Amino acid sequence: MYNDKESQKIVDIIQNFARKHSLFVLAYGTGCGAIEIPPTMTSRYDAERFGIRGAATPRQADVLLITGYLATKTLKRVIRVYEQMQDPKYVMGFGSCAINGGMYWDSYNTINMLDKYIPVDVYINGCMPRPEAVIAGFVKLQKLIQEGKADGWDRYKKNLDEYRANQKKIITNWVMPDFNR
Amino acid sequence: MEGIGYKILGALLTTLLAFTVGMFYAGFRRKIIARIQNRVGPPVYQNFLDVLKLLSKKTSVNHGIMQHLAPLWLITMSVSTLMFIPVLKDGLFFTNLNFSGDLIFLLYIMVFGPLGMALGAGQTGNPNSAIGVSRGLTQMVGFEIPWIMAIVALMIQYKTTSVTGLLDIQSQNGTWMMFSSPLAFIAALLAMPGMFRYAPFDIVGAPAELASGPISEFGGKYLSTMMTSGSIFAFVKLTLYVDLFMGGASNLIELVIKTFALYMYPVLWGAVSPRFRTEQAVRYFWGWPLFFGFAALIYAAF
Ligand code: SF4
Repeated sequence: MYNDKESQKIVDIIQNFARKHSLFVLAYGTGCGAIEIPPTMTSRYDAERFGIRGAATPRQADVLLITGYLATKTLKRVIRVYEQMQDPKYVMGFGSCAINGGMYWDSYNTINMLDKYIPVDVYINGCMPRPEAVIAGFVKLQKLIQEGKADGWDRYKKNLDEYRANQKKIITNWVMPDFNR
Repeated sequence: MEGIGYKILGALLTTLLAFTVGMFYAGFRRKIIARIQNRVGPPVYQNFLDVLKLLSKKTSVNHGIMQHLAPLWLITMSVSTLMFIPVLKDGLFFTNLNFSGDLIFLLYIMVFGPLGMALGAGQTGNPNSAIGVSRGLTQMVGFEIPWIMAIVALMIQYKTTSVTGLLDIQSQNGTWMMFSSPLAFIAALLAMPGMFRYAPFDIVGAPAELASGPISEFGGKYLSTMMTSGSIFAFVKLTLYVDLFMGGASNLIELVIKTFALYMYPVLWGAVSPRFRTEQAVRYFWGWPLFFGFAALIYAAF
């Protein structure tokens, strides 16, 4: 009775409700996008209305924001940060650079598709997305969480080999701690 | 048997009350700070959602035994301190262990939690944690001295070390200790923001420079335990202040009004302040608070 599908569903609804209304954000300021985070958080756009607040370390965070283009050197750090975060965790990609490379698509030192290296739950397009767009992205993420569709962390665990192969193509000298699933 | 049943029920009720009140106070604090900054702010029950979410996270971090125990030490300290504090002056449910411990014991047990936290944070091996711990201990040396001086002054003046004894004296005299020994009250009040660690004394967990300090390696369930413990402990500190200086409370509404009024003082001060550096904080505590502590001692002794 306690472990069947029905009761799990109720637990999921409650957990997802809490998760969606309390998002601790780790803003990884990789590209130009970092400049849009302060206005989103402060008085004018006030993301705290939605229960979104900054987290200081990956251990405490739920959402990783990749704010813009990602240099190959930074990718290594992003992967480490992502693997340090605790499940369930979500990733948001900012701007066209994270989606397809944007204006850096033929650059020698940026990656083009973020989703090939870490699973992205929500993309926000624009170059750079305005705070309104960022908040719209958060609302979309909340909707996905409530429906149980924001399962990037699950995908990452299941397809770890695939992601690792892609990551190792970029990072040639791979010295990293093991991912502890 | 019945007595024991009541005691256990009372202890549970007290803990639940402290948790709820502490959480709502923290929620009000976030809301008030948001209004001061001209924002809308999160709903007042936001902290409950945060705790629920943190509890529902899957945590898989292992640095050693002390790291797992540190949050438990903290919450043990909070709940056991709560048990020794008279929440209401009289009443069936909130008596707990009021008569078994005195103020000196309380002072001792209140540093038990930070000590466990220091050990746990040390074991995570994060340099930010180590800096945070050393800052925290320095700050404690700062505010504990005027605070203990204030309390010792009360003990000398009224010749008792028990909290209930001090409460009785206040109700007999018909005046609060805030007025009958004002110097001790001023010293304790000036030391209070250090105890709460809100700005400008948030040098321990400064998110921007130390990445939240001692708790930087704790996430998920550990963090939720710490938040719970923190809210219980905030209630404990406020109730202790109300018991010592504001005549205690005889019903819950009076208690909430008094503690909330007292709570606004560190919160509002914090809302408009930047952060001190460590040595500035210590210099502050060893300035006027210490002066008033000395004055209170001299006033009490002669
Ligand atoms: S999408 Fe535009 S604003 Fe964003 S990182 Fe790329 S170039 Fe910069």
